[in-house]
Amino acid sequence: MKLHPLAALAATALAATACGSGFEEPEAAPQSSGPASLRVLIASSGDPETAAVKDAAAAWAGSSGNQVTVTPAQDIHQQLGQAFAGGNPPDVFYVDASRFADYASVGALEPYADKISDPDDFYPSLRTTFTRDGKFYCAPKDFSTLALIVNEGLWKKAGLGEADVPKTWDELTAVAGRLKAEGITPLALGDTRDRIGAFMVQAGGWITSPDGKRATGDSPENLKALEYVRSLLKDKLAAYPKQLSASWPGEAFGKGKAAMTIEGNWIKGALKADYPDIRYKAYELPQGAEQGTLSFTNCWGIAAKSPSKTAAVAFVEAMTKAEQQMTFAKEFGVMPSRQSAKDAYTKEFPADTAFVNGAAYAQGPVNAPKMDSVLADLDAGLQQLTAQDPKALLARLQKNTQSALGE
Amino acid sequence: MRRRRAGLPARRGHLRDDVTGWLFAAPVVVILGVFLLLPILMAMWVSLTSWNGQGSPFKGGVPFVGLDNYSRLFTRDDLARQDFMTSIRNNVYYVAIVVPLQTVLALGLALVVNSRLLKGRSFFRSAFFFPSVTSSVAVSVVFLFIFGNSGALAQLLGFFGVKGPEWFSDSRGVLHLLLGVDTPPAALADHGVFGLSWWEWLSGPSVAMCAIIALVVWTTSGTFMLMFLAALQDIPVTLEEAAMLDGAGRRQRFRYVTLPMLRPTMFLVLTLGLIGTWQVFDQIYVMSQGAPAKTTLTPAFLSYRTAFRDFDYGAGTAISFVLFLIIVLLTLFQRRVMRERRG
Repeated sequence: MKLHPLAALAATALAATACGSGFEEPEAAPQSSGPASLRVLIASSGDPETAAVKDAAAAWAGSSGNQVTVTPAQDIHQQLGQAFAGGNPPDVFYVDASRFADYASVGALEPYADKISDPDDFYPSLRTTFTRDGKFYCAPKDFSTLALIVNEGLWKKAGLGEADVPKTWDELTAVAGRLKAEGITPLALGDTRDRIGAFMVQAGGWITSPDGKRATGDSPENLKALEYVRSLLKDKLAAYPKQLSASWPGEAFGKGKAAMTIEGNWIKGALKADYPDIRYKAYELPQGAEQGTLSFTNCWGIAAKSPSKTAAVAFVEAMTKAEQQMTFAKEFGVMPSRQSAKDAYTKEFPADTAFVNGAAYAQGPVNAPKMDSVLADLDAGLQQLTAQDPKALLARLQKNTQSALGE
Repeated sequence: MRRRRAGLPARRGHLRDDVTGWLFAAPVVVILGVFLLLPILMAMWVSLTSWNGQGSPFKGGVPFVGLDNYSRLFTRDDLARQDFMTSIRNNVYYVAIVVPLQTVLALGLALVVNSRLLKGRSFFRSAFFFPSVTSSVAVSVVFLFIFGNSGALAQLLGFFGVKGPEWFSDSRGVLHLLLGVDTPPAALADHGVFGLSWWEWLSGPSVAMCAIIALVVWTTSGTFMLMFLAALQDIPVTLEEAAMLDGAGRRQRFRYVTLPMLRPTMFLVLTLGLIGTWQVFDQIYVMSQGAPAKTTLTPAFLSYRTAFRDFDYGAGTAISFVLFLIIVLLTLFQRRVMRERRG
């Protein structure tokens, strides 16, 4: 009640005129020379990440003669939105892949990524995620992928072995049937596009075309995927966390309420913190028509309006070096975005091989602007997948996507 | 100015009085103008454009779209309209439940606290008022724990052998639940208005929304209790005594003496309640962000999301202005109703 959006919008409008350099601003930001003072805004996953990035930034500042201030954001989307509107954004900031197209399409981001040394070393799927209109905008910071997490205790209890870990949809159905016969909920599955979307990719479909220009939601591949997931849910071979009285699949899995779940590498930290006794292993996701998983990533965005872009690029260069990324991986458990760091990473964390391998065939988030509300609508539909006609759900997705993309 | 009549010569010094008056008022006029009127006018301009949030919305090159942002909310068959109408539906149920409930509760509490029979009145007064002075964000977070899947409420219900709903992930409408219908009758599902079927319009608030309603009623009734209390203490004791002498019972005195005397306060409480509930934002932002299945989406939150998440500042401000219009119209309507009843 106290924070009225109207007032917030109005204040933004005021800030835009009062604080900017007048009504007619020059299009290209003037570049300052000499040592730069960079402002870096990060969406930190917690204290370890904040400390690690601050240390790395301080080291870079010391060796390069520039100044860096790293600030962890409370709500980075809101803070960035307001900063862009006010015309005074931070120089460097995290950009979530699912929001990348929104920022890029309004010209807020500097397309600098090809100036980073050896840009082809980044995983191709991550490059695609941060490419728009043929321009590779920003360097991927790190990434996560989805994998099949198996509870070893429940697996053994059902008389299953390593060879029974499903590699295809058919095997998944079969092994889930055996688990269900033992009275174990086979699969805890998140009820959003960020999990069920993996089945779409495995079936060979996706919500938009690779360039993010066309809606491809209403396809036979996607229908096949949704019908498969729907059959798993209907036959009680899979359950949404809500049905297992959990807030997310990791909680249901950690409590031993399900033998399998589909989650990303963040589940390691969560299980270690909340359910340290559980024994589990991560495997690559079973394939449908092809192999598929989803990737989640951030990039180091540089503001198009930054007055010190050269220094900002040098900063990102230092942050995305393979050795630096390995340090981050050890400090707060993320996977390096450079292929050259892959071997070092799998050597250090052999249990994560399934996650890293996913990078080869992973699909990034929808790469198109104004899709946030469309995808929220899709999630609302997926939550009621068993009660709905998948065909109607996809038709609705198609219609909304087309209208958002202005087709 | 009005005092100056035609034909009469203006008194000497009158003009100077006017200037002095304006000079004294100037700081307030300037502050209100700069921080209230100007931003509103700027926002109004933004609502007529498709400004994307980059740089100033007042320079050339920002596309002007006229009333498109407004007409889109009502006429075009797309997601924007559907979201807007869903948010209106949610908020209508929210207002329709919260306003009467908090008013009745506030009045009840005020009567209790005002009663001469109650011991430790000042303790109860502070206790009932306490939720109102606590930060709404802090209260929201506490309620998240209470209504959580293994929260206090679930434990309490479990103690009595009742399995409560998963409050914040249950998107079913309570009207649907109460009537026990899962599949919509075709007559309702196939027809509708503004992109929502009658079935969707008639869902009632969702279970998740009910949790938020409970929270808001709990926090705001304290403030309104204070207003009722002040009004109750203003009622002359002689009036009540006179009514007693005339042989009016306790109920009659309340109905024919107390309530009519409270009418101005009632109007105030209802109006403030109406405005506050239509603008509900922080609880939604903290607790649900519109989830589950958009059943806690409200126009205020939708406006924020459209502007700051989708970078569609024009549509976002347009929603704000429609909301403003709804509130003004409802307040006028309410004033009219209350005046008619008085006459």
